[in-house]
Amino acid sequence: MLSHTEAHPLKTKQITMDEAARYFSDGMSLMVGGFGGVGAPPGLVQLILDQEIKDITMISNDTGFPWIGPGKLITEKRVTSLIASHIGSNPEAGKQMHEGTLAVEFVPQGTLAEQIRAGGMGLGGVLVDVGLGTVVETGKEKVRLKEKEYMIAPALTADVSIVYACKADTYGNLMFDKSARNTNPLVAMAGTITIAEVDEIVPVGTLDPECIVTSGVFVDYIVQSKGVDWKWVWELKQGT
Amino acid sequence: MGLGIETRHLIARRAALEIRPNMIVNLGIGIPTLVADYIPNDHGVLLHTENGILGMGGSPETGMEDGNLANAGGYPVTILAGASYFDSATAFGMIRRGLLDVTVLGALEVSEKGDIANWIVPGKRVPGMGGAIDLAQKAKKVIVLMNHTDKTGAPKIVKECSLPLTVQEGAHMIITEKAVIDVTEKKLVLREVMHPYTVKEVLETTGAPLSLPEKVAVFR
Repeated sequence: MLSHTEAHPLKTKQITMDEAARYFSDGMSLMVGGFGGVGAPPGLVQLILDQEIKDITMISNDTGFPWIGPGKLITEKRVTSLIASHIGSNPEAGKQMHEGTLAVEFVPQGTLAEQIRAGGMGLGGVLVDVGLGTVVETGKEKVRLKEKEYMIAPALTADVSIVYACKADTYGNLMFDKSARNTNPLVAMAGTITIAEVDEIVPVGTLDPECIVTSGVFVDYIVQSKGVDWKWVWELKQGT
Repeated sequence: MGLGIETRHLIARRAALEIRPNMIVNLGIGIPTLVADYIPNDHGVLLHTENGILGMGGSPETGMEDGNLANAGGYPVTILAGASYFDSATAFGMIRRGLLDVTVLGALEVSEKGDIANWIVPGKRVPGMGGAIDLAQKAKKVIVLMNHTDKTGAPKIVKECSLPLTVQEGAHMIITEKAVIDVTEKKLVLREVMHPYTVKEVLETTGAPLSLPEKVAVFR
């Protein structure tokens, strides 16, 4: 009978930031977890900046703020193509879009989440009616099912997914913190390679399996986080 | 939105009257956020956020903020007893499934049919639709809070929207600093005028025909 006890045989997926650097390359497609920067992996975003990676196709819910989360990759002009639902809190993204240096595909937020989930779940896509009667319809393939019209929203995957978890075991089973969960469990499933940045890494067997949100089977590597390295917009307004 | 704080709160206070006990409600950014201040605590209303909270509470006290507990705009919030966290796909599943009783959002234009435009001014402002299309198309009641006119004084309630739409025939109610308007199947109905405006002033600054009931109440 299989029994994983104290000396468990699961190999650790923990690597250093330096080791993680090798998985990023120019021209890669990159999926980033987080919502308004909350739950975006600070260390991995900084690592991509430090590695001088460019020409990225980025898929993320939004572009955070210019100095927060995936917004930093926009500000530093590392992204040339973007799929997102919202860029309003990052004026730099709008500026680059108008200048023609950043191609942006806008997707309704719920549809984008489902496209990412579908990618992670091995589906070809999902059928949605959100956006019928608007420009969202433009260029979309449609199907009728049970007398209703739907657009086909193709599944999305990426060369590399980066996510932020509050706690993980060394196998990569992930737990998230409050609203920092957001797109992270979806993004974690949709990367050809998924790297999770984690606040607290614990031995296998010490997490309650009932509380694990993302199974480690979706996660290729985990790195130790040093925590958020930016000021939130509300902190700046308080002058702290 | 260029409205004074008192006016913003007047609009929010009026919108809150549409929220009944035990409703599931999503509030957009701006004036819609203020609506939360006027929902009675004992109503059992649960506020929903796109980033994955049902049962959101008010702002924390200064010093008690948690960077991992925020609303969809990225600002710190608290939670109420009975709250739950979930991922973004689930947050939008709740919306598409029709579980939201009310969504309150801002707009650039609303047409007499209830078409809403609120996510893009081509070539000028391109914030993106975020969750607005999901919400405006799927919530049971869609309440638009906005200025009655734009910066140039032009009506924002129009016969046809000139901007790309968020939703066709999605709005159920429009509340501005001047008026409360019901969007019915056939026409716009002026329910109330906001103190100190008159019916005449509302009609003059509305770009679509307004139907007048026998009595137009005044909200103050």
